[in-house]
Amino acid sequence: MAKEHRRDFWLFLSPWLIGFLLFALGPILFSLWLSFTDYNIFKSPEWVGLANYKEMFTDDPLIWKALWNTLFYAFFAVPLGTFFAMMVAILLNQRVKGQSIWRTIFYLPTVVSGVAMGVVWRWIFDPEVGLANTILRPFLKLFNLPDPQWLLDPNLAKPAYILMSLWGIGGGMIIFLAGLQNVPKHLYEAAEIDGAGIWGKFRNVTVPMLTPVIFFSLTMGLIGSFQIFTQAYVMSGRGVDNSTLFYVLYLFEQAFRYFRIGYGSAMAWVLFAIILAITVIKFSLAKRWVHYTGDEA
Amino acid sequence: MNTKKKIILYLLLTAGAALMLSPLLWMVSTSLKDPANVMKMPPEWIPDPVRIENYSEACQAIPMGRFYLNSLFIAITVTVCQVMTSAMSAYAFARMKFPLRDKMFFGYLATLMIPATITMIPVFILLQQLGWIDSYKALIIPGIFSAYGTFMLRQFFMTIPVDLENAAKIDGCGHFRIFFNIVLPLSKPALATLTVFTFMGNWRSFIWPLIVTQSIEKKTLPVGLTAFQGQYSGDWHLLMAASVVAIVPVVIVFIFNQKHFVKGIKLSGFGGT
Repeated sequence: MAKEHRRDFWLFLSPWLIGFLLFALGPILFSLWLSFTDYNIFKSPEWVGLANYKEMFTDDPLIWKALWNTLFYAFFAVPLGTFFAMMVAILLNQRVKGQSIWRTIFYLPTVVSGVAMGVVWRWIFDPEVGLANTILRPFLKLFNLPDPQWLLDPNLAKPAYILMSLWGIGGGMIIFLAGLQNVPKHLYEAAEIDGAGIWGKFRNVTVPMLTPVIFFSLTMGLIGSFQIFTQAYVMSGRGVDNSTLFYVLYLFEQAFRYFRIGYGSAMAWVLFAIILAITVIKFSLAKRWVHYTGDEA
Repeated sequence: MNTKKKIILYLLLTAGAALMLSPLLWMVSTSLKDPANVMKMPPEWIPDPVRIENYSEACQAIPMGRFYLNSLFIAITVTVCQVMTSAMSAYAFARMKFPLRDKMFFGYLATLMIPATITMIPVFILLQQLGWIDSYKALIIPGIFSAYGTFMLRQFFMTIPVDLENAAKIDGCGHFRIFFNIVLPLSKPALATLTVFTFMGNWRSFIWPLIVTQSIEKKTLPVGLTAFQGQYSGDWHLLMAASVVAIVPVVIVFIFNQKHFVKGIKLSGFGGT
């Protein structure tokens, strides 16, 4: 019996164990080692100690540019995305007719996102014939303003990406909708008795009750937007003056275009450190201002 | 709610919905336009004349069929295998007793937190040493073993009452029969949700196929599309037709599985991206 049990156990666990060792734990350790080497695939790796990390921090201005671009993008895209996702969810929660149809419409963009939509957005932002400028042009003409160059303008390229990111608020919206459905009705009734209007109820009931969701949405959004790659690769690459050289795009170039495997690995570990820092801050901040109701904590 | 508030509410929702849908409508509309009308000002939303040939031209210009088959083959294979490996390990973690079980599970959870950006370089080197670069093996095998759904399925399996299995055990059923005859049938909703999400994720997958493919015959749809984009930049009617073709499968999967999406997002919180 016991022997049979053990055999079953290994059969059940082996696919996972192989995957875990070969494609998770093993690569993680291998990557850490690679980050201390100089390696270009064609000659064997050479141990260089902290040289890659040192180069990143002291000798590579582009990495700071890439970090800045990524931070800039995340700093605006994530809070704005969370805000609009919450607003749409609140609107949809008002006993709207055909709620599921509205929900489908707002979620559809998230479903189709990827390379194909990157191509579409590149065209929408085309300065000459793009949809964005075609619609804006009559208004801009009133004030004698020139056509915005969007992805071709170093100052507008990142804002264009931020605008585009708002198109993908559907996932957040669904999480907020679920959160709103958990807000007890009696809280609103109590607030109404106390004479609270729309704003009062929003400020004193909805927002405090949604803090766990807001928090979740902000941190997941931050972690996600730090890894923006596909859109950048498809739409503008590095961009004019490296204005859209995002962190993972730069990492990809270093590792797979110039085959600077060691340097790319070091970059990946710095990215991991950033994500880890966000997670740690998340947990320490959560205690302070997130309101958890008993069973949700 | 009074009428004035209702009007404002529906106005806001309509404006939002219009913003959400316009890029998609614009894409479909352009994909059906005559090249001469693509850049017409003011833009026309309903193409006149409708030009279906854009689609056949796009499919001739690039090996769309090949990309499509590659994407479908890879996404389906990886999805089926991944759901299976996730279910097996989830069963082991939820129902089998073995030393270090919870420590191993914790280790698994910790690796989920590590961004794929870290593992992609070493896995690439591993496959390169094995000579697998630019092969289906490179596109499929790392995906098969990533038991991403283990956590979700384990949580679900824990909610299944043990009594059923105990009864089966008394009747002499081993783990295999319990797994296939009791646990899996009872977990259909969770398995369906995981399947839908895994398929969508694989269909969209971009950076990995971009790294491990070189020849045009091995490229998946998203990677092939980027190559096409450079070659035909400016031929927006063809690019839009190709884009429409690329998103049709996800739209179909989405429309027929909406409830799984809502459930999956609530469970995983990842919003499907």
